[in-house]
Amino acid sequence: MDNQKLVEMLPPVTDANRDFWEGTLAGELRLQYGDSGTPRYPESPVDPVTLGEDFAWRPASGRATLWSWIVMHQKYFPAFADEVPYLVAFVQLEEGPYLMTTLVDPPEHLECGMPLEVVFEKISEDRAIPKFKVVSG
Amino acid sequence: MPERRQVAIVGVGQTDFGALYANKDAHRDAYALGAQALRLALDDAGLRKDEVDGLLTARIHYEHGAHVLGIPSPRVINALEGSGRMSGVAVQHAVSLIETGQADVVACVYGNNGRSVKMTYGGAYTDSPTTRYDAMYGMTSPGAYVGMMYRRYAHDYGVPDGALAPIAINNRRNAALNPVAVMREEITEEQYLGARYIADPLRLYDYCIINDGGVALILTTLEKARDLAKRPVRVAATAARASVSNYYTSTDFFHSASQDVARRVYTASGYGPQDMDCLQIYDNFTPTVLFSLEGFDHAPRGEAWKWVTGDRIARDGEMPVNTAGGHTGESYMQGWGHHVEAVRQIRGEAGPRQVTDCNVAQYICASPITTSHILVGE
Repeated sequence: MDNQKLVEMLPPVTDANRDFWEGTLAGELRLQYGDSGTPRYPESPVDPVTLGEDFAWRPASGRATLWSWIVMHQKYFPAFADEVPYLVAFVQLEEGPYLMTTLVDPPEHLECGMPLEVVFEKISEDRAIPKFKVVSG
Repeated sequence: MPERRQVAIVGVGQTDFGALYANKDAHRDAYALGAQALRLALDDAGLRKDEVDGLLTARIHYEHGAHVLGIPSPRVINALEGSGRMSGVAVQHAVSLIETGQADVVACVYGNNGRSVKMTYGGAYTDSPTTRYDAMYGMTSPGAYVGMMYRRYAHDYGVPDGALAPIAINNRRNAALNPVAVMREEITEEQYLGARYIADPLRLYDYCIINDGGVALILTTLEKARDLAKRPVRVAATAARASVSNYYTSTDFFHSASQDVARRVYTASGYGPQDMDCLQIYDNFTPTVLFSLEGFDHAPRGEAWKWVTGDRIARDGEMPVNTAGGHTGESYMQGWGHHVEAVRQIRGEAGPRQVTDCNVAQYICASPITTSHILVGE
């Protein structure tokens, strides 16, 4: 993996998402909550229920389940050109939101519904991204 | 507001997809492709361009489109973006415009030069948060999102590997009888299973064929249609329901949206799923056919993968599906080609792939905007 190319692909840090990215560096998966109390990922400009603009970030439990996954064989992104085939997972957080991610050290046999927990991979001095691993036993 | 008028599709035009595919170094203009299709559709309808008073373009912009096409001052004009879900939406809008008297003759014009511009439908992202957050894991392309759904579907319903083969094989078998199809050779189950993965669980033959091409449809009132040369194809009903989220992956395979659209399109038309003589199902990737069959009550939930076996969906089977070859055999025209085929089947113009006594056809697109129309020969 060419980490420099990957870093260039990341969402830029903005006022709207700074807490999220500070969280990943601190080892916390933070979710955005507006005044309706509905968690959202990724960040969004307004609360989808009330359309209010206020929000706060709260750490998620880090627990999730594996909804599904694919193994990408096609070279689409230059940063991932040397990675094919690579796994992409779609997981549901305990708090409700779904997110695209990947699994670290996946077991040979994966199954939809497997319990997962978040881990963080530091890909540069100031950026880390959330990934998940299968909870064993 | 006048009484709601009945609406018919009276003209269809399409480019020669196979011929366009043959030259991979071409630099074609999407507007020229749309124009070629429009010319054919007008000839097909026996209408003059100056009779068109509504113009809906897709994938090509309306302003430049109207200028290029020489329709500079229609009563109604608009453009729909270039996603496949919009082919059904365009027809839905055209029907509404004609029903309510806002336009009498609506041309829907689609032009796509995806092959010329080497469109990949993956590897790019917009500045929307979601696409960037997905891209940082290498997640991209509609096929991968559909692959996510299909793996989950297979898990939920105990589906074995290879269950998509009958759909891919059926498309190719039909495409072999379609003179404008890109892929004119049939495939076997062994070829299907032996093909490379693109986004596992989806293989090469589960994928649509990116191509250059244009398609145009002309709609008008049923009353006016009766005075034209060809058999009118009445739009007995059309319905839609959005099911949008951050992701193309729908965690219920668009089922609840499909069920809602199904209920309304069957009720409004007076036809049920068993009345269809053929189905034209939007199939950017083969799993969508399964989701569509279940969402629209053709197959029991969780069983469409069994339902499509045994040649049930063949041209001469119980319920012919994608008789022109679909997106994996004919050409990826984002649902537009499926509309043309539905009309040709009803008119009895489908040549060697003609379904016997075809009078009622259904278009289905299960996607973030799920649409369906029921078309009936008059």
